[in-house]
Amino acid sequence: MGLLPATSGSVNLLGQELVGMRERELRRVRRNVQIIFQDPYASLDPRMTVGGIVGEPFRIHPEVAPRGDRRAKVQELLEVVGLSPEHYNRYPHQFSGGQRQRIGIARALALRPQIIVCDEPVSALDVSVQAQVINLLERLQDEFDLSYVFVAHDLSVVRHISDRVAVMYLGKIAEIGDEIQIYEHPTHPYTQALLSAVPVPDPTLRGQREEIVLTGDVPSPANPPSGCRFRTRCWKAEDLCAEEEPALIQRVAGTSQLSACHFAAELDVIHAHPTP
Amino acid sequence: MSTVDEAKHGDDTVAFGSRRQRSRTEASQSDDLGFDASAPLLVVEDLRVEFHTREGVAHAVNGASFTVGHGETLGILGESGSGKSVTAQAVMGILDSPPAKVGGGKVLLRGVDLLALPEESRRLVRSNRVAMVFQDALSALNPVFTVGYQLGELFRIHRGVTRQEAKTEAVSMLDLVGIPGAAQRVSDYPHQFSGGMRQRVMIAMALALDPDVLIADEPTTALDVTVQAQIMKLLADVQAERNMGMILITHDMGVVADVADKICVMYAGRIVERADVHSVYGNPAHPYTKALLESIPRIDHKGQQLASIEGLPPNLTKLPEGCSFHPRCRFRRDRCTTDDPPLYDIGGSRQSACHYYEEVLAT
Repeated sequence: MGLLPATSGSVNLLGQELVGMRERELRRVRRNVQIIFQDPYASLDPRMTVGGIVGEPFRIHPEVAPRGDRRAKVQELLEVVGLSPEHYNRYPHQFSGGQRQRIGIARALALRPQIIVCDEPVSALDVSVQAQVINLLERLQDEFDLSYVFVAHDLSVVRHISDRVAVMYLGKIAEIGDEIQIYEHPTHPYTQALLSAVPVPDPTLRGQREEIVLTGDVPSPANPPSGCRFRTRCWKAEDLCAEEEPALIQRVAGTSQLSACHFAAELDVIHAHPTP
Repeated sequence: MSTVDEAKHGDDTVAFGSRRQRSRTEASQSDDLGFDASAPLLVVEDLRVEFHTREGVAHAVNGASFTVGHGETLGILGESGSGKSVTAQAVMGILDSPPAKVGGGKVLLRGVDLLALPEESRRLVRSNRVAMVFQDALSALNPVFTVGYQLGELFRIHRGVTRQEAKTEAVSMLDLVGIPGAAQRVSDYPHQFSGGMRQRVMIAMALALDPDVLIADEPTTALDVTVQAQIMKLLADVQAERNMGMILITHDMGVVADVADKICVMYAGRIVERADVHSVYGNPAHPYTKALLESIPRIDHKGQQLASIEGLPPNLTKLPEGCSFHPRCRFRRDRCTTDDPPLYDIGGSRQSACHYYEEVLAT
């Protein structure tokens, strides 16, 4: 998004390099990349009406919608996300968390971006409302042919919505692959520990699942361990892990995901059963 | 002050290697309350809590009943505003009142109704008999005192031990909950601990006076999933060792499925379903429970579209007529909009607050 400056590296969007780009140009590029924030209470200005919030992207990018069309466009967006066009003149405090998140989604859709970054879009919502928002995001993806970068800590939600998954630990990608590879054939010990730690809402599986309880906490990112960052909590760690940082490469024959572990090996921890 | 060894369960003193002492005065005062060792551990009957607000009276807990036995874990499942935390606070006797007010019911601990006790006696019961682990350890701990001081305070006030003895107790409690280097960390302040370690400190404080009942209110909601697994394991281990009753309050259907023996599902201040854990997950008897289970994605298979529950939880000051869940219910009939269903006994010691539970069970 360019909201935080990158120290180094490269972010390439549709052939354009974003790192080091000037603010004016970045602003133009952001038409194509929009964001949905985690907290539906903090991410909407309480003094703006819903119409003002959802229409603000048009003020910044006036070329997208001529002034006269804006109200109609905003009302159309509200309908698309399951709100009523009559909500145009209301304020955020008049809405519930789930509805506010819909307002945030309408704002992100306004410029018809190609990519939407969803930063924990449902973690602040009640369980019974989460599914509504997840279903909405999926419907919009089909309708507008969107790509999502979906950032979340809830591994069940990630599996539900993702085609490809990157598992991060302490600022680095530990493993990256498609959804089946990561969830059913994980090779990185951290991925395996994560998956085994997720409680499954089924008491009959109690005691039957692989249980990897990691010791300790995540070290400080200001002073990460040498070599592999996960080695301080890893049950497979050997001297090599402290000396040499493992590269993110294809590690296990017969799998195609990339894994940053010297001792990567496949382990099915969730005992996945086929989709019914 | 003289002290007397009063380990409630002879063997766990050995298991945890810590001295369990209770000041003579406090021990006898607490026993004077008339606890009956043969009575059931915790029985909550028709508990009601109201909040008097400008918009009207909110019935945050509207007739909740449940029991917890030794070594048993009761999961209370519900969304925000369902009344699960208020239930816990009422049992602990730490409701913010005003605005909250207990409107009726009983909380029987070993036969003694805690709600009928004067505040001074309730203070003896808290921590000694019933203790609580809060969700947000950072705000539950005092930032300007060391964790050792805060832990030791329990021993000094409730057991009348010296500062030095209190510190020794604090170290052994930190050790018990798996904090490495307990002897050094006892002098650290809460902000110097990570989220998981802070929650361990909270658990140490709750366990310090060896309670009979431990209430854990969303104990892992603020934690990473790998740390959540550590904390849940710790809670399960100490509960088994000490044979405590535990009430686990959460909105996470996965966490309760792993540890609970029995479940109460709460919606809009009422218990809508009560059963053993296998029945609730295997064949729910209330439309809300059923809808919740169908609406959560699962990690062990990639599902199709999620079945979402339309609408929102109701405003507690303006509950819908009839069944509170009817505006969101797909089993709704005319009767549901006028008749509030009682908690029907549906056999197999299960209850469901739905007129059409048979239909729910059959689909």
